[in-house]
Amino acid sequence: MDYPDDVRYTQDHEWAKQEGGVVTVGITSYATDQLGDVVFVELPEVGRRLEAGKSFGVVEAVKTVSDLFAPVSGEVVEVNGAIGDNPALVNQSPFGDGWMVKIRPADAGEFGKLLSNVDYENLVEESH
Amino acid sequence: MAYVGLSREEEQRMLRDIGVARFEDLVESVPADARLQRLLKTLGPASEIELRRMLGGWAASNVADRVPSFMGGGLYDHYVPAAVNAIAGRSEFATAYTPYQPEVAQGTLTVIFEFQSMIAELTGADVANASMYDGATSLAEAALLARSQTGRARVVIAGALHPHDLAVLRTYLDGKGVTVVADKGGQCAAEDLQSALGPDVACVIYQHPNFFGLLESPRTIHRIAHAAGALAVAVCDPIALALLDPPGAAAGDDPGADLVVGEAQPLGNTPSFGGPLLGYFACKAALVRRMPGRLAARAVDAQGRPGFVLTLQTREQHIRREKATSNICTNQGLLATRATIYLALLGRRGLAEVAELCVRKTHRCAELAAAIPGYRRAHEGAFFREFVLECPVDAAAVCAKGRGMGVLPGVDLGQFRPEWRRHLLVAATEQRSADDIARWADVLRAAGGAR
Amino acid sequence: MSLNRRLLNERGGEGHRGPSLPACDVPVRPLAELLPGVPLRASLDLPQVSEPEVVRHFIELSSLNHHIDKGLYPLGSCTMKHNPKINDELAALPGFALSHPLAGDEANQGSLRVLLELQRTLAEITGFAAVTTQPVAGAHGEMTGLMLIRAWHRSRGEGEQRTRVIVPDSAHGTNPASVHLMGWETVTVPSGPDGCVDLERLKAALDTRTAAIMFTVPNTLGLFERAIREVTAAAHTVGAQCYMDGANLNALVGLVRPGDLGFDVMHINVHKTFSTPHGGGGPGGGPVAVAAHLEPFLPAPVVEERDGRLRLVHDRPHSIGRVHSFNGNFGILVRALAYIATLGPEGLRQVSRSAILNANWLKARLARAYELPYPGHCMHEFVLSGRGLKAHGVKTLDVAKRLLDFGVHAPTVYFPLIVDEALMIEPTETETLDHLVHFAECMERIVAEAAEDPERLRTAPHDTTVGRLDEGRAARELQLTWRKPATRPTDQVSPAGRS
Repeated sequence: MDYPDDVRYTQDHEWAKQEGGVVTVGITSYATDQLGDVVFVELPEVGRRLEAGKSFGVVEAVKTVSDLFAPVSGEVVEVNGAIGDNPALVNQSPFGDGWMVKIRPADAGEFGKLLSNVDYENLVEESH
Repeated sequence: MAYVGLSREEEQRMLRDIGVARFEDLVESVPADARLQRLLKTLGPASEIELRRMLGGWAASNVADRVPSFMGGGLYDHYVPAAVNAIAGRSEFATAYTPYQPEVAQGTLTVIFEFQSMIAELTGADVANASMYDGATSLAEAALLARSQTGRARVVIAGALHPHDLAVLRTYLDGKGVTVVADKGGQCAAEDLQSALGPDVACVIYQHPNFFGLLESPRTIHRIAHAAGALAVAVCDPIALALLDPPGAAAGDDPGADLVVGEAQPLGNTPSFGGPLLGYFACKAALVRRMPGRLAARAVDAQGRPGFVLTLQTREQHIRREKATSNICTNQGLLATRATIYLALLGRRGLAEVAELCVRKTHRCAELAAAIPGYRRAHEGAFFREFVLECPVDAAAVCAKGRGMGVLPGVDLGQFRPEWRRHLLVAATEQRSADDIARWADVLRAAGGAR
Repeated sequence: MSLNRRLLNERGGEGHRGPSLPACDVPVRPLAELLPGVPLRASLDLPQVSEPEVVRHFIELSSLNHHIDKGLYPLGSCTMKHNPKINDELAALPGFALSHPLAGDEANQGSLRVLLELQRTLAEITGFAAVTTQPVAGAHGEMTGLMLIRAWHRSRGEGEQRTRVIVPDSAHGTNPASVHLMGWETVTVPSGPDGCVDLERLKAALDTRTAAIMFTVPNTLGLFERAIREVTAAAHTVGAQCYMDGANLNALVGLVRPGDLGFDVMHINVHKTFSTPHGGGGPGGGPVAVAAHLEPFLPAPVVEERDGRLRLVHDRPHSIGRVHSFNGNFGILVRALAYIATLGPEGLRQVSRSAILNANWLKARLARAYELPYPGHCMHEFVLSGRGLKAHGVKTLDVAKRLLDFGVHAPTVYFPLIVDEALMIEPTETETLDHLVHFAECMERIVAEAAEDPERLRTAPHDTTVGRLDEGRAARELQLTWRKPATRPTDQVSPAGRS
């Protein structure tokens, strides 16, 4: 199980990475492990405003479906087109090529409130 | 007799194995004062002999099996080849469960895949599902899909849709947001449709051939609907699709109808007093994730052996629960199987031949009726295998006369609207011989007062 | 070497013909003349296959199916009981098969008689005042029932405020899906440690926004909610209605009636309780039974008898309208009525009795090998947990797949959601003791295999025509017709069809 330390985490198993005024968001390897083969991801359009903690899309596996929750509020500036044709990328590289959206954050303070990799790892271990 | 194969001795043994003295101990969680203290009052018990006598008597008191039928209005008396019954009646198809364990249901899943394929071909659509309850609910689901897809609420009906389809649609949409564009001369006029559209319209629904048997102008309707940002939903009879330009297919700069739905009872199934029926649901590939109902897809096992599975099950109620696109669990499995066998037996030529016979025989009826004093066609446009006859007396009287003379001459449209009481909807399928048609003409003459 | 694994489009060819049709015995006028100006299709790409080949194709496919005539389907809440053969013959009688509902009541007295008798007998069995036969499946019945409830609230001026439905966490997935279809909100109440609904939490959730509660009785754990009358009374106190999901009616027939438990409306799955065949996924039947106060809202038309003549009455001003093209799945309803008539009052009581006996015997037997989350007596079904096998790396899914090798269909798995690695088992009353013993032995053998050879379970089934299919890949590649690989769902088509 992967808990990279260059990103932060949410309780709902999303990760967020801040680089140069843009926050990239995806789901963790724990999430993909639980879901199984991802078959489809429903993502918002560029320009859509997201609210922290609210659903911004859906990830579909064979037998389950899960909402995606925005780690921070802001505007969607880019959406990963590659996972439309190849949803398997989410399983293969959840922290890399399987990223989902990039957000321009509305509130700089929100990112700091997300979980560190240590806290996230504890959260996952506890629920077992 | 309850089809239970347990002897008293076995029952006693089982109770001992469970560790109770009496059966009543097993149901002590049911409060005693809630339990029935008497036997139910129902029919029976009846032996097979008695059942046949009772139900056989009821069946015989229906008129249907003794008289040639010229009735349509959504249900048709098409021929069902013997092989359909022989195959579909087999336990392996008739008594199998839903294919949730695909490894032991490849028969069912393969047939579903073949059904989907042939419906897609007939309609010109990209994909079709494993079937719906009936044409009416299939249409209602198409309207719901259009609303969620476009984010718009209003549904426009272009012309003469089957009154029962319209009624079901209104129930599903809670009576709101349904606009019916009147038919002029039986068909939908393009200018009337155009003026009914606006930015709040999710879809335009039209029936082709329509309820009166008349042919609409699909490409025109699609153009008008798409220009207004609405989806185009075609409701089509599957026998007619053997000959007609399929609305789901692209033609010129018309990408085709977004959804094609309808009633597939004519494909290998009897009218059966209106049920079970066979709704079909076909659409463009872009809409596949919003489709209700079941879908079978090609799949492969670990050894590379090909097979089929139910797919996109996450749309369905048992996984998505409150996020489900619909609540539907069932498809009309056995009827879809029958339809698949029927289409396999007839094939492209046979199906076209059935359709051509229907067209020719129905037009022959119209021709003969035109020569009978007092009768004339109610509409002027081109029609397929149904037309509306305006009668010199109430259509109900023509039907009563027919029953007395051993013919069901058509559907009395007066049962739908009082202003249609002189209107008889007539359909002739491939089963109606020239002789049947001559007798039908005799009924018209007799009912009209002629000798 | 098998000749036979091709699809229809890979068989036959030009000139192959099925049954012929009579020559046209009316004047043959050209289609262009009969259909002037009507665009016709240029081609119809359907297969052309001879009858012998069609028969072989489908018979080969049939041999790939498990079916109830062949072996057990211990599927919880599905009630896979025997499908009596006399019922198929009766439904196929030409007088029924050819009857057309638009021919007028005079022509259809026999069909109307079937509907009326069935409505009366279902009302008696369930303890309600009236029945509609229009809904054609359980889910369809649920939707109809909720619409009836909505109509009732509206008639009392409370339609706008009542938009919530309370369900227990053990509810079947159609329940919240049906609620969603109504545009309402589902409120889920947890079950207590005894498997029954937590009554205090339920009462706390009830308020004047509640349109209805939706309960399955017995519940999906196979347990009879002892406090069910308190539940329905509590709902009525806040002005809500009580809907019963009739999926588990097989446990109650002749023993207790839902109408006597305080319910206002229920659907009946005739393809479960009343023996109609499943057909590979349908057709079913979902008649809805209602208490007297909901009768005026039933779908129209309704069947009435006057002076010995039967008629369809359309003039029903409070009706919610039609939910089906005609009067429901008549051909299926004939079978259900024939079944009830065959059984009669004693036979109907025998149904629940034997169903409950069979389930409890099987539970007692399997409790030796499997974990039983709710060890008390069950009704007609019970739930095991496959959790104990996790130690060997074996899951409930593997148990299900291995059963297929033994000629037994898997039970319902991973439902209800409140039991970990759930196996929901319902034998029904038509299984004889030796079939129950065989099933138990298979389940016990699987436990032994889990310890000795878990890999065999994880890769099961081995003896079926295909093994486990790659469902993830199937969902990604999405080939839904034989015509060509389906265009990907993200392809653009009509401007309005874009997501």
